[in-house]
Amino acid sequence: MGVDIAFWVLAIVGIAAAIAVVSLRNVFHTALMLILCLLSVAGIYVTLSADFLAAVQILIYVGGISILIILAIMLTREVQHGSLSNKLRIPVFIVAAVFLGVLIFAMVNSPWQISSLPPVEPTTPALAGKLLGEGGFILAIEAAGVLLLASILGAIVLVREK
Amino acid sequence: MIITSPSVNSLLNPQTLAADWPGGFWWHWVLFTIIVIAVVIVMVMGYIYMARRQIGRMQSRVGPNRTGPFGLLQPIADVLKVLLKEGITPTNVDKTVYWLAPIVGLFPVFSIFAVMPFTNGGMLANLNVGILYVVAISSISTVGMFMAGWSSSNKFSLISAMRVVAAVVSYEIPVLLSIAGVLLLSGSLSMNDIVLAQDIPFILLQPLGFIVFFIAGLAEISRSPFDLLEADSEIVAGFHIEYSGIKFALFYLVEYGEAFLLSCLISTLFLGGWRGPWLPEWMWFIAKGVLVWFVMVWLWATLPRVRIDQMMALAWKFLLPLALINLVVTAIQVLTLPEGSLWVMIPVNFVITAVLILLWSKNSKLGWGRVEV
Repeated sequence: MGVDIAFWVLAIVGIAAAIAVVSLRNVFHTALMLILCLLSVAGIYVTLSADFLAAVQILIYVGGISILIILAIMLTREVQHGSLSNKLRIPVFIVAAVFLGVLIFAMVNSPWQISSLPPVEPTTPALAGKLLGEGGFILAIEAAGVLLLASILGAIVLVREK
Repeated sequence: MIITSPSVNSLLNPQTLAADWPGGFWWHWVLFTIIVIAVVIVMVMGYIYMARRQIGRMQSRVGPNRTGPFGLLQPIADVLKVLLKEGITPTNVDKTVYWLAPIVGLFPVFSIFAVMPFTNGGMLANLNVGILYVVAISSISTVGMFMAGWSSSNKFSLISAMRVVAAVVSYEIPVLLSIAGVLLLSGSLSMNDIVLAQDIPFILLQPLGFIVFFIAGLAEISRSPFDLLEADSEIVAGFHIEYSGIKFALFYLVEYGEAFLLSCLISTLFLGGWRGPWLPEWMWFIAKGVLVWFVMVWLWATLPRVRIDQMMALAWKFLLPLALINLVVTAIQVLTLPEGSLWVMIPVNFVITAVLILLWSKNSKLGWGRVEV
């Protein structure tokens, strides 16, 4: 019962914030709404017993990426009141609507595997075993690490003075 | 609906609840929420009093001593004064963001104390991702400061907010890496388990990690010598320059609440938290926190403020490499040392710390008024 209420509150707040992100004119307010949206996603992770995922979501998206987005807004001049509509308005709306339709169709028609087992507690050892242990996803993690390193090096090369 | 099972209660369930605890989960929740809020507010007033008296002593002054015995009522007088002041809202501010900013800044400070073990298991929620929760929630407080700096429509407060972000983004990395060293030794993310694992306080096993965490923590909460965001000689008062009355009081509470939080974190992670002989557990916890605050005020009274470029250089060229080396060394020690011989780490790690700090400080040049860190 409590979890249902929490889910609906978080879902409504999250979707309202997401709509505000694309409809508000003030770019700074938009960034704040994005933070609210990401926070409510973290809240939904908590209701799903994914506590580690929720903490990491807040740490990386709210503490890292949103802050950098705000910093970028600060460093850019004259964007506080950006224009919303331009020539691409209608084509973009059509593409977005089709994409939404495809997503909803996929979600409704997928045979989701619903487990009736209670969630694993504590979650962290299980996650660590899956990610770093034998037969886990260690290759994918290493690949992601190399990818991130390469992109950081690329950024440094781009902005470096001669 | 994809919700699989009702799990919020099991997630927040305080696993180490005392057997004779009256009532169930919700009583525990109500009681500890009240305790947390009361402790934070009382300790913040205590810290303000202590800082003013101690800095007075260290500068050969007396400090506030007129209100009540030894000036003990001075913080209460300060609070009353600031609450009774007129709250002025400047014309050009972005009203919603301006009003929300102190609240967004304040709520992380209180929420983090939910996982702080005051005694053995005496905490609101013994999360199994405790320390990760602390790091994650504390980053939200930066958003509050940024909202304040931006919505005030004042150039000084905006500069201050930029400095906050620069500091937090840079110093987050050494903080996390030095916490990782502690986690390797404790084998758990839960705050209570970290304390339980400290048969030897981690400050002895992790001297380098402690130094990195202390310095980077000071920078994260913008205490002196890293108080660039409110450098009064440059940018007047920082991000809360346009705030007055109760909204200013909230920011003041955030500032000292974060100081209390950092000293509690250091006490939990490195000084053995509530563990100690004779005295009750909560008293050890508070005493260790106050000791850390004493050192922080000592630094405040002693060191001049660093420049912004020195601050960035210190994070990236000094703390980050040392934190990485500390993590690798700790990992090797944890893997290779046999069970029960952790004490071998104490002399080895102190030698490593001394050598590394000496080596790295060769990179910092001092002289003729020109300082490069």
